Amino acid sequence: MLGEKALELIKELDRSKDGQLPTFNEDSIRMVLEEMTTLFEQNQRDVNATVAGDVRFFSGVHLRHAALERNKRCLLAYLYNRLERIKAMRWEFGSILPAEIRANICEPEVQWFSRYNKNLAAYMRSLGEGTGLDLTQDTKPPKNLYVEVRCLKDYGEFEIEEGDIVVLQKNTTHYLPMSHCQHLIRQGILEHVE
Amino acid sequence: MNQHSLHYPSYFPSYFSINDILATNERVPCKFEKAAYGVGYLDPSSGSKDLEAGTKLELPCWLARALYSRRRIVSCQLPKTFKERYREILKAEASLVDLHMFSPHFYEFGQHLLPLAGPEAPILGTLLVETLRERLRSIMDTSLNSLEDEASSHTTKLDELERSLFRTGRKTFHDHRLWLSRRAHIVTTSPMVEQHNKRKFSEIS
Repeated sequence: MLGEKALELIKELDRSKDGQLPTFNEDSIRMVLEEMTTLFEQNQRDVNATVAGDVRFFSGVHLRHAALERNKRCLLAYLYNRLERIKAMRWEFGSILPAEIRANICEPEVQWFSRYNKNLAAYMRSLGEGTGLDLTQDTKPPKNLYVEVRCLKDYGEFEIEEGDIVVLQKNTTHYLPMSHCQHLIRQGILEHVE
Repeated sequence: MNQHSLHYPSYFPSYFSINDILATNERVPCKFEKAAYGVGYLDPSSGSKDLEAGTKLELPCWLARALYSRRRIVSCQLPKTFKERYREILKAEASLVDLHMFSPHFYEFGQHLLPLAGPEAPILGTLLVETLRERLRSIMDTSLNSLEDEASSHTTKLDELERSLFRTGRKTFHDHRLWLSRRAHIVTTSPMVEQHNKRKFSEIS
């Protein structure tokens, strides 16, 4: 059936859930494009025949045209949804993606990601009358300046504002300024205990 | 596809919606009213180069709609899960039916079928609304009151739209409970990171 390959791409995205990104499927994309070229060439031939006065080709042309549009929609949706996912990852993982995910991203997507990073950073710097504002911080309204946290992993030395250094070792608890340790909580290195 | 936003990105109007693309791929029985030249490969059993008028084929919904829309190249029938017999089942007791088996995108697909249904369109429209109305109460009930394991046997019978309602209900209920116990401000590991770590851990072990 027409458009089958393109649908496989969409199914691939549908199967992989949050926080996952399937490898960029260049082969399938090429196959879809080949199918589209074939359809297009055939249509051109038939359209020329129609213009020459032969009207019986119309249904076939119409059918192939619908298939072309469908393939286009699937390809664009594939690219768009991947970008949306990478964008969401910027907010969850931070500006550096885990190696497993980076391995599945193709070169133009890497470029897009670094440009998105740059834009976001420039925007955040421009906020707050020159002081900048980290929008990824305080996604929930903070109640205290300091919070008690427990380490879930060995992280090593961690510097807080006044040059103090804490050693974050597994299963130790600390009392740290919220603004500094928030991103470590989000990354799953610390746990907020109350 | 972020499961933590309350609703899935809109279905029908969105050109990029994965769910909509999947829903429009379900098959519809069609009959060619006019011959289509040069596309005989759609019906491998005929073995000829062209599709004759009168050929019966199951086409995906997107193709059926395109061919039906202007020149009526094909005429369409409702798929069997939307026909009289299945309609009676839904009318009798909609809340017990395994709707996911009927069609994983029952409501979305049903909506796409409306322009193809001809005189049956009003019946189909009412069917979709009534089915959801019948089932909604029990979906809401389980999403707010059952444990994770119990719920999974229930969600397998739901179509995709109902599943997203179910998840929304669960998430809101959970957030509400956190707020009531004054724990809403606690920062947690971001869900994506958690998923990622879990997978990594299971790969190692």
